[in-house]
Amino acid sequence: METVLGRYRNLIVLVGILFAQVVGLAVQVKRTTETESSLLIRVWAVHAVTPLEKGLGWVQTSSSSLWRNYLYLRGVRAENRDLKQQLEQLHIEQARLKQDADQAQRLQSLLAFRQQYISETLAAQVIGSSGSDQSHSVYIDKGAHDGLKPDMAVITLDGVVGKVLRVFPYTSLVLLIDDPSSGVGVILDKARLQGVLRGTPAGEITVERVMADEQVPVGEKVLTSGGDQIFVKGLPVGTVTQVKPGAELFLSIHVRPAANLNKLEEVLVVTKKVEKQAEPGDAGPVRASDILALRLPSVPLKDAPNAGEVSAEKSPSDSGKKPIPPAKSQPSQENPPR
Amino acid sequence: MSRTSTSGAQVEVFSFSAPVTFGIPLIAIFLQAWLPLRLSWFSVLDLPLLVTIFFAMARRNPITGLLTGTFIGLFQDALTHQALGVYGIAKTVVGYGASSLGIRIDSENPGARMLLTLVFYVVHKSVYFLIAAGLVGQSLRWDWLHEISSAVANAIFGVLLYSLLDRFKRRI
Repeated sequence: METVLGRYRNLIVLVGILFAQVVGLAVQVKRTTETESSLLIRVWAVHAVTPLEKGLGWVQTSSSSLWRNYLYLRGVRAENRDLKQQLEQLHIEQARLKQDADQAQRLQSLLAFRQQYISETLAAQVIGSSGSDQSHSVYIDKGAHDGLKPDMAVITLDGVVGKVLRVFPYTSLVLLIDDPSSGVGVILDKARLQGVLRGTPAGEITVERVMADEQVPVGEKVLTSGGDQIFVKGLPVGTVTQVKPGAELFLSIHVRPAANLNKLEEVLVVTKKVEKQAEPGDAGPVRASDILALRLPSVPLKDAPNAGEVSAEKSPSDSGKKPIPPAKSQPSQENPPR
Repeated sequence: MSRTSTSGAQVEVFSFSAPVTFGIPLIAIFLQAWLPLRLSWFSVLDLPLLVTIFFAMARRNPITGLLTGTFIGLFQDALTHQALGVYGIAKTVVGYGASSLGIRIDSENPGARMLLTLVFYVVHKSVYFLIAAGLVGQSLRWDWLHEISSAVANAIFGVLLYSLLDRFKRRI
């Protein structure tokens, strides 16, 4: 017996260790939440690696900042001039967009439309990745001590990045939107079709659950729908690059992410969201005549001043604003606008 | 000293100091997590795997080899968001295989090292694929062209890395 054990000792140890790991895997797959012991291994690994990453990240940021802000200032004057020109253009654009936004907000307030807004964000630096091609996730230098919690949205100025998956005291693991296990509720900007954005094993992202008979043009913007309760509605996700028939009766819509997921340096973690109803005050003063014009679209335009006398002191000419004209297709009062 | 079964020639068995035993795998895992963010092509390389193969071949002890693979693999798993044990199992198999082969053949030769790394890269990927897809239920894509080119890249880089790590060897 001893001879057999001695002869196959190596093999027995191999089988024993493999068996233990397979059992451990099976237990993890079966459980939805992690046990303390598995968390401990992760904490050790993260604590062993992330301080080095943070240190090197700090050195890199400091040296590049020193170079960019103090040493390499060639062309700054010309760039400044260009940026000023751009700013003027943007001011004009902003004024135009504000008018549209004001009108939209007034309409939303009339419809008791509740929407989530990003209230607070926390800037974080990406310090490392998971080190595996199969796990599309990154580590950021903010953790529980900074108020981060699992399922917080992570974005950049360009678009959605992912969500906080695990939080450690001073670091957090962020699951990127191109990971096969991630899922984001999205809506196509113009087609207004809702779907679920998922990563593929090849590292691409696709929109699923859009019926095959729908028309989705290439170049269409993809935005968050807010349906996943993680991302607020309307954040840019990406652009449709390819549309082809997918599994069953659905389309396979390939999307190029708005945020550059391969070159992430700094991200914003959405630490607070507020849900509020769009208020007329948000968009500046709204006159009673405007509200009446929308709620009672059958009232003829020439009667509007009379209505204004009842509930509003200012006439349209006094305010310097045009009254909101009634909709061309006038809905009846039994079917108010939705 | 032990003898190879193929040539009958004696092969040396090496050991490593404690800082090297723990430090090199840690640095390999750190670089694997840190560098791909700066140099995206670096993700093709698998430094923890190369370190596992190197230690296993140098020590020429199957139990030490498989334990080295287990710890490096589990540590690598711990940094991902996936279940613990997928890399652990794959690297356990590689550690055992590399150390078992290290006894039988002269693994100091650069050609042999390159060939062994090439083979063990494919073995590692195959076991990983099998466990991740079969047991954990992950959706994975196997691309032969990508895997073979990655194996060649790792084999070439491995030979350079091993010659660097040879400096830390201590004769028993």
